[in-house]
Amino acid sequence: MTLNQQRKLKTILTGLFAWTIALVLFFPIFWMFITSFKTELQAISIPPTLFFEPNLDNFRVVQERSDYIQHAWNSVVTSFGSTILALIIAIPAAYSMAFFPGKRTKDILLWMLSTKMLPAVGVLVPIYILCRDYGLLDTKTALVIIFTLMNLPIIVWMLFSYFKDLPKEILEAARMDGATPWDEVVKVVLPLSVGAISSTALLSIVLCWNEAFWSLNLTASDAAPLTAMIASYSSPEGLFWAKLSAASTLACAPIVIFGWFCQKQLVQGLTFGAVK
Amino acid sequence: MKRSITRLLMAPSVILLLVWMIIPLSMTIYFSTIRFNLLYPGENNFVGLMNFEFFITDPGFIPAVSNTLILLLSVLIITVVLGVMLSALIDKPFFGQGIVRVLLISPFFIMPTVNALIWKNMMMNPVYGIFAWISQSLGLEPIDWLSSYPLMSVIIMVSWQWLPFAILVFVTALQSQDTEQKEAAQMDGATGWHIFRYLTIPHLARPIAVVVMIETIFLLAVFAEIFVSTGGGPGYDSTNLAYLIYNQALLQYDVGVASAGGLFAVLLANIVAFFLIRAVGKNLTV
Repeated sequence: MTLNQQRKLKTILTGLFAWTIALVLFFPIFWMFITSFKTELQAISIPPTLFFEPNLDNFRVVQERSDYIQHAWNSVVTSFGSTILALIIAIPAAYSMAFFPGKRTKDILLWMLSTKMLPAVGVLVPIYILCRDYGLLDTKTALVIIFTLMNLPIIVWMLFSYFKDLPKEILEAARMDGATPWDEVVKVVLPLSVGAISSTALLSIVLCWNEAFWSLNLTASDAAPLTAMIASYSSPEGLFWAKLSAASTLACAPIVIFGWFCQKQLVQGLTFGAVK
Repeated sequence: MKRSITRLLMAPSVILLLVWMIIPLSMTIYFSTIRFNLLYPGENNFVGLMNFEFFITDPGFIPAVSNTLILLLSVLIITVVLGVMLSALIDKPFFGQGIVRVLLISPFFIMPTVNALIWKNMMMNPVYGIFAWISQSLGLEPIDWLSSYPLMSVIIMVSWQWLPFAILVFVTALQSQDTEQKEAAQMDGATGWHIFRYLTIPHLARPIAVVVMIETIFLLAVFAEIFVSTGGGPGYDSTNLAYLIYNQALLQYDVGVASAGGLFAVLLANIVAFFLIRAVGKNLTV
């Protein structure tokens, strides 16, 4: 075999291998998707049915039973709302830590991350009682506040890792030209960090959309996002796999499709601090 | 810039997180020292450390602590080891790389509740599931995953969610590896294993640290997968601390004991954080 042939064979083998892993890992999602178009009988047939006449009945039933649109709207409002709020709070903090580090900057950052290690169950009861006393149970407001605080440490940390690597000379040059601190942020730092901010926002949106602990425990019907809607299908509909799949597909489709378009950006964001 | 302005910029984040930490935590500490059962309102007298004693002597306590740690370590090992190996293997150009990336990352976007429902029903069901069908086709006895291997089932579900995340972070990191260095090593007669061991692994130290840190945060608090799939059972076989405390608070209405448990969970998280973050912390950009 010549070197060229050898190289070609290697490429083909790598490709085959990569495709196999990808298809195996994706299979459960694929299976959920096609099951949602089956009848209940087809859904549980053994051997599994691969070829069948797709029908949309399950989706109709799900919308009728649990008002999908309402829950999806709750998910959108809570995840986008809290992400925007968290960014507004986090950007100034990350900026000041990255460009004007003090003696205790490192400690503050580690402390922030450590609040994230605080398990939610540890504070479930107090938060539940506070929400009850202030009439915030089953409201989107409560979820937005909690999601904001929940993701704040990760957002500050990701933005900090990125800001820290921005060349300081640019800022100094701007300052020489008489830029005020406000100009510095708005005209220099922000335009340079559009990519970083959007990947941070993406991660935060994904985490909020899929957050299940607080949404299961603090909402009932009005403010329940899609995670809570799906949980309501877990026991009574446990044996109706086609309807279950339809509900699951509907719950995941928006964020999965959103994620497909942004995956590159998202992963790059996560590796800011990781790749040198 | 003046120190006061930098402080002012940090203030909102720091104050909010302080409030978020201190208010609920001090309430939890207070609740953990009183009798507080929602079924018996009004009898909130001080009981000292009795709630802690109750929680620690609960038959679910030891299993819950060990399950929490087993779950954390297994998923970390599976995702990091498999993640590094797989990403090193697919880190070469091949046909349809873009589509493979998209397929690979997908499980990361699936919500934990749906994740658990798919695996519990369509994959692991002992009669109608895909696994059962595969075993039958091979002439084997189908396994009832959730009742025979409950903790392992949860580990599979959680790993499925986090493995793609690890692979993609590592692949992205590998793309920044110096190819000239690799070629030079090859010229000098280094084997594939040597390149992997002495060039690739050190290059991945930081991404591994990041993956370990992010995963630890989420793995200590695994809840939805257990809630939806095994319900912590059979017995306490798949109950972790988060689920045990949830059980105390919302199913047995015993807020006092649940708060004591919550404090214990905070303590455990801090111990894990101390060791783990110290171990990988050198590699974090802080």
